Amino acid sequence: MSLTQLRPSAQHRAEPPRTPNKVKLWLYRFDTKTVPYALIAPFFLLFGVFGLFPIIFNGVVALRNWRLDDPTLTGWAGFGNFTKLLSDEDFWNALGNTFGIFLLSTVPQLLAALIVASVLNRRLRATTWWRIGVLLPYLTPVVASTLVFAVFFSRDYGMANWFLSLVGFGESDPLDWRAAKWSSWIAIATMVNWKWIGYNALLYLSAMQTIPKDVYEAAAVDGAGPWRQLWRITVPMIQPVVVFTVILSTIGGLQLFNEPMMFDENPQSASGGSDHQFQTIAQLIYKVGWKDLNLGYAAAMSWALFLIILIVAGVNALLTKRIGGDR
Amino acid sequence: MTSHRYALRAPQDTPGSWKTYLGLAAIMAFSAFPVYWMFVIATSTDEAVTQMPPSVIPGNQLLVNLNEVFTLQDVYFTASLINSFITALTITVATLFFCSLAGFAFAKLRFRGRNALMVVVILTLTVPNQLGVVALYIVMGKLQWNGTLLAVIAPGLVSAFGVFYMRQFIAHAVPDELVESARIDGALTMRVYWNIVLPAIRPALAVLGLLTFVMAWNDFQWPLITLNGTEFPTSMVALSDLASGNYVIYRRVLAGAFVATVPLIVLLLIGGRQLVRGIMEGAVKS
Repeated sequence: MSLTQLRPSAQHRAEPPRTPNKVKLWLYRFDTKTVPYALIAPFFLLFGVFGLFPIIFNGVVALRNWRLDDPTLTGWAGFGNFTKLLSDEDFWNALGNTFGIFLLSTVPQLLAALIVASVLNRRLRATTWWRIGVLLPYLTPVVASTLVFAVFFSRDYGMANWFLSLVGFGESDPLDWRAAKWSSWIAIATMVNWKWIGYNALLYLSAMQTIPKDVYEAAAVDGAGPWRQLWRITVPMIQPVVVFTVILSTIGGLQLFNEPMMFDENPQSASGGSDHQFQTIAQLIYKVGWKDLNLGYAAAMSWALFLIILIVAGVNALLTKRIGGDR
Repeated sequence: MTSHRYALRAPQDTPGSWKTYLGLAAIMAFSAFPVYWMFVIATSTDEAVTQMPPSVIPGNQLLVNLNEVFTLQDVYFTASLINSFITALTITVATLFFCSLAGFAFAKLRFRGRNALMVVVILTLTVPNQLGVVALYIVMGKLQWNGTLLAVIAPGLVSAFGVFYMRQFIAHAVPDELVESARIDGALTMRVYWNIVLPAIRPALAVLGLLTFVMAWNDFQWPLITLNGTEFPTSMVALSDLASGNYVIYRRVLAGAFVATVPLIVLLLIGGRQLVRGIMEGAVKS
């Protein structure tokens, strides 16, 4: 035992050459002190330049006169762009449309996702293939699927109107889905719902499968049927994921752009229908910035939208916690 | 003794009844119908598109319609597909590389400011990217990149979600002892990354790669802003061109839409299993 300690080790006996050791030491220090920063540097550099800086710089642009068609018009605008916003009818109209479509898409979407998830939450043959199937809409490009829905909701040869005519509605005077607020909102909300139900269902399903099984056994002993089990056990127990999906769909829904753009008869006009009946805020930002060429005003609108998203996401998260939590 | 009215089994242990499979069939029809109908119209004549009741059986005009789409002037459809592939592939490879590097550093290396910097990453997760679009356009203008693929590729090269996802995965998938022992054997950081981390995180790379490719391929707003009116559109921008104008020919538009959707259907068939698993695992962790 002590013998091994008394004997000098091989390393100690041989005098190590000095220079390689120094290089090694330097390399070791470099590798532990500097390399970690080099590994995270690409992310922070690229994200800083193309992600974070634009968002901060947007605040500066919003306070300035900045037009694409008149480079000589510069200087600070103060809060001019923001005060203009308050009296801009187009903005308030777009805000109303955005919220209308948001409500029509989020609530049915999450309820349907819950039902789909509970159907998938069984012992099934070919489990994975059903799950892959519900993801198809999530992968399909919105630009492409919206074009199909545009045909589906077209006035003269649309399948939606054909269904309506089967139940005796609008046979002589078919519904022009794009013409009115309510109908265009329903059409656009249908597209949003179609895209996101499956994705949200998978999120719910994964949370459902972590619920302890004995909870269900106890409920069944108490005589709770599948429907009651879903609302009384499953939903409260997956509540964190529900809150998460509510926040996600708030952030996404209030920035809705692709669907209203492509639903328009002339997508590149960004007008959201002949009378702006389905123009969303994101669409209005695009129109103000790149059709009216007023970047300063578009930047101010972006900041307003950011604030609105923050507030609504917060309120929705609180509401969902209240409704879902057992009192 | 007492027979219960309801099975004493958790839902996930209950075998699906015929009603379950009926429900599933309805859900599948709902999911697939728009894509299927896209194909139907893409293969039809004008008469078939305007027929009542609507036709739901594919026609034989696919090649005719495709030929029109690909030879249409001012839409640059062929170029747009190539551009979309270049853009989405570059973004995917770069995101996988940069995010796995940063995720590795955050999960396994010790350095000053690590936790604070990770908080920055998590905070940036929640910032809606669309809100910086105006300033991004001005930045790209200063770089003179507007109207080129660089403007579309550059902002997509990294993602905060990617770093976060990789950090979570590497923290679980790569044991600390493995990294330590490689260190003791004299392996430098990059060797540890290459020989130990990369092989261990293949499943996560597959998931993040699929998600990134899909997002890059489907992106519309920013490419529209920076590429519109140029000869270098992505396929989504080209589609919006195809659908604009006074007289829209649906069979042609949807033939284009179908072509732009096919790559993603192929991806879903190849990588669907990984994608499902990735989305479901991500949910449990967050």
